[in-house]
Parts: sequence; C-alpha cells; structure tokens
Amino acid sequence: MAATKTSKEQKYDRQLRLWGDHGQEALENAHVCLINATATGTEILKNLVLPGIGAFTIVDGHKVSGEDVGNNFFLSNNSIGKNRAQAATELLQELNSDVSGNFVEESPDKLLDNDPEFFHRFSLVVGVQVPESTCLRLAAVLWSAGVPFLVCRTYGLTGYMRLAVAEHTVVESHPDNALEDLRLDQPFHELKKHIDSYDLDSMEKKDHSHTPWIIVVAKYLEKWRSEHDSQLPKNYKEKEAFRELIRQGVLKNENGTPEDEENFEEAIKNVNTALNPTKISSAVEDIFNGEQCNNVTAQTPSFWVLARAVRDFVRNEGGDCLPVRGTIPDMIADSQKFINLQNVYREKALQDAAVVSKHVESLLQSVGKPTESIAEQEIKLFCKNAAFLRVVRCRSLAEEYNVDTFNRDEITSCMDNPDGEMVLYLMLRSIDRFYQQHSRYPGVYNYQVEEDISKLKVCVNSLLQEYGLGVSVKDDYVHEFCRCGAAEPHTVAAFLGGSAAQEVIKVITHQFVPFNNTFIYNAMAQTSATFQL
Amino acid sequence: MNLLLFSLFREKKRRRIEELTMNMVVNGGDGDQCDWGGRWDHVKKFLERPGPFTHPDFEPSTESLQFLLDTCKVLVIGAGGLGCELLKDLALSGFRHIHVVDMDTIDVSNLNRQFLFRPKDVGRPKADVAADFINSRVPGCCVVPHFKKIQDFDETFYRQFHIIVCGLDSIIARRWMNGMLMSLLVYEDGVVDPSSLIPLIDGGTEGFKGNARVILPGMTACIDCTLELYPPQINFPMCTIASMPRLPEHCVEYVRVLLWPKEKPFGDNVTLDGDDPAHIQWVFEKSQERAAEYSITGVTYRLTQGVVKRIIPAVASTNAVIAASCAVEVFKIASSAYIPLNNYLVFNDVDGLYTYTFEAERKENCSACSQVPQDLQFSSSAKLQEVLDYLTESASLQMKSPAITATLEGKNKTLYLQTVASIEERTRPNLSKTLKELGLSDGQELAVADVTTPQTVLFKLHLTS
Repeated sequence: MAATKTSKEQKYDRQLRLWGDHGQEALENAHVCLINATATGTEILKNLVLPGIGAFTIVDGHKVSGEDVGNNFFLSNNSIGKNRAQAATELLQELNSDVSGNFVEESPDKLLDNDPEFFHRFSLVVGVQVPESTCLRLAAVLWSAGVPFLVCRTYGLTGYMRLAVAEHTVVESHPDNALEDLRLDQPFHELKKHIDSYDLDSMEKKDHSHTPWIIVVAKYLEKWRSEHDSQLPKNYKEKEAFRELIRQGVLKNENGTPEDEENFEEAIKNVNTALNPTKISSAVEDIFNGEQCNNVTAQTPSFWVLARAVRDFVRNEGGDCLPVRGTIPDMIADSQKFINLQNVYREKALQDAAVVSKHVESLLQSVGKPTESIAEQEIKLFCKNAAFLRVVRCRSLAEEYNVDTFNRDEITSCMDNPDGEMVLYLMLRSIDRFYQQHSRYPGVYNYQVEEDISKLKVCVNSLLQEYGLGVSVKDDYVHEFCRCGAAEPHTVAAFLGGSAAQEVIKVITHQFVPFNNTFIYNAMAQTSATFQL
Repeated sequence: MNLLLFSLFREKKRRRIEELTMNMVVNGGDGDQCDWGGRWDHVKKFLERPGPFTHPDFEPSTESLQFLLDTCKVLVIGAGGLGCELLKDLALSGFRHIHVVDMDTIDVSNLNRQFLFRPKDVGRPKADVAADFINSRVPGCCVVPHFKKIQDFDETFYRQFHIIVCGLDSIIARRWMNGMLMSLLVYEDGVVDPSSLIPLIDGGTEGFKGNARVILPGMTACIDCTLELYPPQINFPMCTIASMPRLPEHCVEYVRVLLWPKEKPFGDNVTLDGDDPAHIQWVFEKSQERAAEYSITGVTYRLTQGVVKRIIPAVASTNAVIAASCAVEVFKIASSAYIPLNNYLVFNDVDGLYTYTFEAERKENCSACSQVPQDLQFSSSAKLQEVLDYLTESASLQMKSPAITATLEGKNKTLYLQTVASIEERTRPNLSKTLKELGLSDGQELAVADVTTPQTVLFKLHLTS
C-alpha cells in the first residue's frame, strides 16, 4: 500500500526539503503583521501565505484607489473605494486555506496612539511604504517589545529593506560550502585506532583500491610526520611533496606502471582541505565570549545555555575542539570500509554530544531549571551545527537615525563610489524629508517634476548637512527620484516581495542567516548591496 | 549593438501609431474599454517622462503605453514556478498580448509556489489554468495558452513575438529555445539583421539560488556560450550502485536502475512513474532492504522520491525574485525606459542576500551562435564510438543522444541514431567500426542532430592517420 502522505506534506514537499518539518512547524505557528497592503506588501504576504504561515494581519487605513488596483495582483477594480486591508485580505486568503487571514482597518499611527501593545502579539511586523515618523515610532515600540521589524519600500526602480532585530540566533545556518570535520590533523583516539587497523602495504589490490581516501591521507600523514618532526605539511612546496608521497603509494603492476586507483586520486585531490587545521571560527569564538554565554541564568534562552555547554566541553573534554560533527563526504570505497569509517565519526559525535548533554544538565540544575527544558534532540542538533552557529545583531532604527550614533564611516566609504547603492539610500532619506516638509512625495504629477527637483535637492543638502556628511550626491539621482514620482512598479515590488518574505521566514524558522541590516536593490542596474547602518 | 535593436522597436511603434490613428478615424476610437482612472499610473511615469538613466534611444511619449498594451507580443515559456510569476509581472506592467507554452499538468506539489493554481486544478494543463486566472484577475489582459512542448512549434510561431521569456526547468529545453532563435537570425554580410533578432530573457532557480540573463541572439553570449556554467548532473557510477553502495541514495538508484527492470513489479511494460505513490512505495521498501544489507541508514520516503524524481527543492520567494528580474528586463527592452541588463545576474539568499552581475562573454567557436564551423579531429582508426563519446562528454557540446549522418557516395547515410529503437539496433554495429572502415574521408562533413538544438550541427571531420 502506498504510504499515506498528508496533503500538506505533499503540497509543501519542495520547501520541506529546505527547512524540514520543524522549520515548517515554526512557520505554521507564526503570526505576521503587514502594514499597508500596497503591491509590495501583498507580494510579501503572498510569499508567506503560499508556504503556509500560520496567520497574517493587515493593518491599513487606506481606501483602494484606481492606481492601487493597477499594480496590485491582490486588489480588483470592484474594490475601488473600499477598505484596502479587507480587499487584500480576501484575495490573499484565497491563496491557501491553511492560513488564517485578518485585517484591521486602521492607520498604524492611530494604533500607536491608542493601543501600541496591539503589535506585541506578532512574530514579526512588516512595514511597507510607511512614512518616516510613523516608522520610527513603530520601530521604537517593537524594539522594546522584542518583536522583529522589517521595513520595506519600493520607490521607482529602487527597492529597500531594513531589518531591526536586537539579537537573532541561528543554529541551522546551512552554509553553502562547509568544510568537513575530519580531524586528520589531530585524530581522536577511536579514529587513530581505526586508522591503525589498516596496513596498506599488506593489502591486496581490491582492498587497496577501495580504501577510503581519509584513511590513505591519514596513513601517509603519519609517515610524513615521522620524517618531519611531527609537523604537518605547511606550505605549497611541502603539500606538493606530500601529494607526491601519496602518489608513490599507488600500486604498480608487474611492468611497474601504476594501477588505476581512484581512491588514491581522491586522496591527492583532497590533500589541501584534509590538511586544514581543526579550528574554531571567529564567529563561534565570539559566541562563546558573548555576555549571555558567560552569565547563564534561569532566563537565558536555550541557544545560550547550549553555547555555554559546548564552550565548557571545548575547554575541557574537547581539548579546544568542538564536538565532532559526525559526517563524512562520500568517497570511493567498498561499502564496509566506508560504513565502518563513517560509524567511527558518528559514534564519536554521539559521545561528544552526550558529554555536552552533561554540561547542559549541570547548567540547568545550577539555575533551577528541569533537565527536560532542553530536549536531547535539540542538544544533538546544536552539536552537529556547532561550527556553523551564527548570531545576528541589528542596530535599532533609533541608532541609525540619531546624529550621534549613525554609521558615518559606512556611508562615507560607500559613497566613494557615487553610483553605488548607497546614493539610493541617501535619496530615500531625502525623500522622507521632502514628505515631512511638503506632505507629499516629489514629482507625483507631471507638472511637479521640474519644480520639485530643486526642492528635493534642498532636502538632500539639509540631510547631508545635518549629519555632517561630506559626500556629494549627483544631480542625476535627484532628477530620477523626482521623475519616478513615488511610483511603485509591480516588478520591483515583486522582487522585494520575494526577498523580504524569505528574510521573514529565516527569522521565524531560525534557519539560514538573515541580512544585517539594510538591503538596497537597484533595478536600473540590476545590482544590490547590503549595508550595516 | 543594442541601439540598432531599439531603433527597431521605435520603428515598429511608429508604424503602430499610424495604424492606431487610422483606426480612430475609421472607428471613432475604441478607447480603453476595461481601464479605469489611474490604472497605469505606476507604469506611465517611466514611459512619459524624460530621465537621466534612460536608454539613449528613449523618447518619452504617451504612445509608449499603447505599444505595450496593444502591440507588443511576449512569449512566456513555462507556466510553473517562474511562469506564474512572469505572467503576473508582465500583466501588471502593461503587457496584454502574452502567449504561454507549457506541456505539463498541475501537481499538488506545485501549489506551494505556483499561485495561479488551486487544489481543484490538479491534473489540468498549467498553461490553460494560468491563462484563465490572469485573464480574469487582470481585466483586458489576453494570455493565450498552449498546452504543448516547445518543440511542437516551428519558426512561424516564434517569429511573431517581440520578446521571449523563459522560465524553464531543463537545460535541454533552454538550449533548444536558444537554437530556435538562432535559426531565425538573418545575416547580411556577416552582421545580424536586427529585425530578425528576438531578445531572449532566461531565468532559472534552484532552492535559494537563481539567475536571470538577457540574450540578444547573435550579438551577446547565448546559452551554449556559457554551457560550463551549468552544474553537471549527479549520476552515480554503476559499480557503486551495483556492488558498493555507501549512501542511502545509492540504494534507491540500485532499485530504480537495476531492480525495477528485473522484477517489473507492476507489469511487463510498466516504467517507473515517480508521480505514482504506489511505485515510490515499492522503491522505498526495496531501498530499505538494500540499505539494511549494507548497514546504511537514512533511507526515507522523502529521500526515495527525491532521488527517483530528481527533485529540486523550491520555494515561492526565489521564483518571485528571479521572475521579477526577468520582467524588469522585458519592460526595459520593450520600452527603452532603461538600459537593459548586460547580461547575467546571479542571486543567492542563503546567507543574507547576494547578487552578482556580470557580462557573460560569447564563445568564439560556440556551436550554437558563432557560425564558426565546428571541427572534429580523430585518427582514421578511431571508432565511431569515440566520436559519439566526444559529442556527449565534451563540456562545450554536452549532447544527449546525438544522431550522426554523413553524405557517402552521394547518399545521406545514418551512421548512428539512438532515439528510434529499430534504427539504433541497425546502426549499433557502426559504433565499433573505425572511421576509415565507415568510408569517411578527411574534410568530410558530419551532420549531427540532437535534442539540444532544433537545427542539425555541421562538423568538419579532420582525419589523422
């Protein structure tokens, strides 16, 4: 009989292969708030509703305009004049019946005035096309409440995202090109014993050719070390010599020509990475030296308790090494040799995780928490990913905007390239000033374009002056930002919709690494950049 | 180069404006029946206003919008993850005359990102459902669906479009499309006649990675110019599968490739269907048995299905980003509002968001677009099999199942053809014959047909003794 897969498992199959069932569960327990159902907003929500976010709430006090319907897939022309929050909720809800859609027909300003705690219930708030003053107010409320805030904006052919979350921990960062954890430079006891069980010189061809390259490298490394004062091959010359040493080990037939031994070829090819010293990355060291790691209390989140436990392991039983990861890459070998070798690593990983578990237990006990508060599975997952732990700390919007704390260096150095994405950031800030002064955006109507150029230029200069930024903004950008008349082309909104939604999913699932903290997309040049402002 | 192209569009636009004016005089003007106030405001700003970053050929005009709405014809290839997004993006950018080609029907696993489809649509053709949805959600838009393979159409079909956008999931299909547009090119004195050139925008995604590129056939790097950029397919060596499995994947491949043909569990001529849960269940159970034999852990139903169907993970967000990038380029090319991407964008949002934009270079002797005769050099005592191997294994050719023919004694002779069983059987002995034995001479032309191109590729054979 065919296994009965739930229809949700079938529907979400393609994404479950990326973030797993536990990631999906986190997504389904989340409730996201969108402020303003403009095209950018609904595109972001679409990419959250489709993968099955638990719930969304749209906060929007606007009525649907003809212009709105023109660029928004989730508004239809028979909703013109009606409540935009409601109209968009209906068409977004229709995308996925697993999701619960809600709306509040209210401006965010009113909510901030009357009921700021309204926002505390959300896993994350996305603010789209929110004027600067409202944005800063909202950012302050969310920052104090510890609710992640993602600001998004489409302005002509410029896309902008700003993430504000004080501290975001990631265990499963899923790095693209992770180095293997083979410990060839310092084989642990069981690995050494396993290597010792091989005698390459006395092996028949069949076994010799199907010995895993890890064993081959380990054996020749022993030989090298015995002849080089226990040192590893250090520079290019020595590594070349080491490769040659291995090559000499290839079996020869009666005529003296080398046999075809693919495993030896693999060994030679992998020498470089195999000789990488087992080292803890600076990112992980920083985590170990973090405040929360040093002082574990009853309130300490499990990430930090685990980090501390691993740190304690590293500094004691681990001999300055992280728990063994336990995985090895596939390689030419016969099944038994490969499985046996793999098991050596797996068992060591389990052993190390058990020791870490003891540390977790004693830490929890020391702060009066039950051992069950951190599950065995969680400890194992943490140990397996110990080399890839990441912590993202975004500065607050207040820090970004404050004249005393803004990131002068980043802005100034990026503006060395006057046509890079930083100029677009400065233009968006200038546009906000324009809006503050004139209660409208520049160049919305044709007749305004010319006269607004000089007005906008004044805003640019006052911005640069207020922050004491000795950079110059080319006139072309002032012109362009008037020309586009605050338009929100659907294509740029859709680009941001995809980008932003995935960042939201990263924050909710704690998998993969969110950006830090400002992302600019330039659709004119099809380039992008990330700044830490 | 590009300037010629955009002059062409302006010319087409000017002719259209004249037509429109004529129609208005005759009909009293149609007007925009289904438009409402402000509908195209977001788009118009880029068409009707001058700006500092526009293409040198750009002329702000109120007629540009009419060109997009009434005249410009765009072809979207694929109505899947990218295709659905593309249709939406184009429809909301002012394009109304859109055709979409897709040979597939809707599967439940599409629903997490192919948002024009609903559970009730499962089993129906993607092109049809997608067109219906867009046409009803975006009044005035006329998406014409084609539930067909791209190979079912010839030049007369493709020639009618101003721009073609691909949202395909196969390199072979991309190369075929690429080859088709090359075959439309008309050369005058070695220079491409711009009116024969149809820009090709191509997008691709895999998990959190994607790319978008602009191809001006005959002028900029084409799909085949950059074949080495495409990652090779994972195919495990047969000896691993047959006798030395180490990974759960090896166990599944053993069942798929060796056990199924042997045991024929569902009947004599029943091929393994990755979409049939009963088939997958059988493979799953047999894979578990195989794994147990070798003490291999990790065989799950999900892994089994992934290996059998060569599943590539996919999410809505990446498709949204890449389709949007492609749609931005379609708009730029159709309107000259901005200078198009030159010519390749790579995207990855595993760690933050990363994009990289570069100009892929044309390959001097590209088999698809260079017009340079392709050379083959072999010893006269080399066997035909060697030639076949070269055609399939060379990084720059990567053919799938080439059919080789040559003119011998004034007659067209098929030396080897794989795709028709009877001919394969008849010509198989040729593979072990030497080129000399087959009667081939130095300087001889070989014509090679393959699924990766709609036109045969001509090779000049250089024989060494």
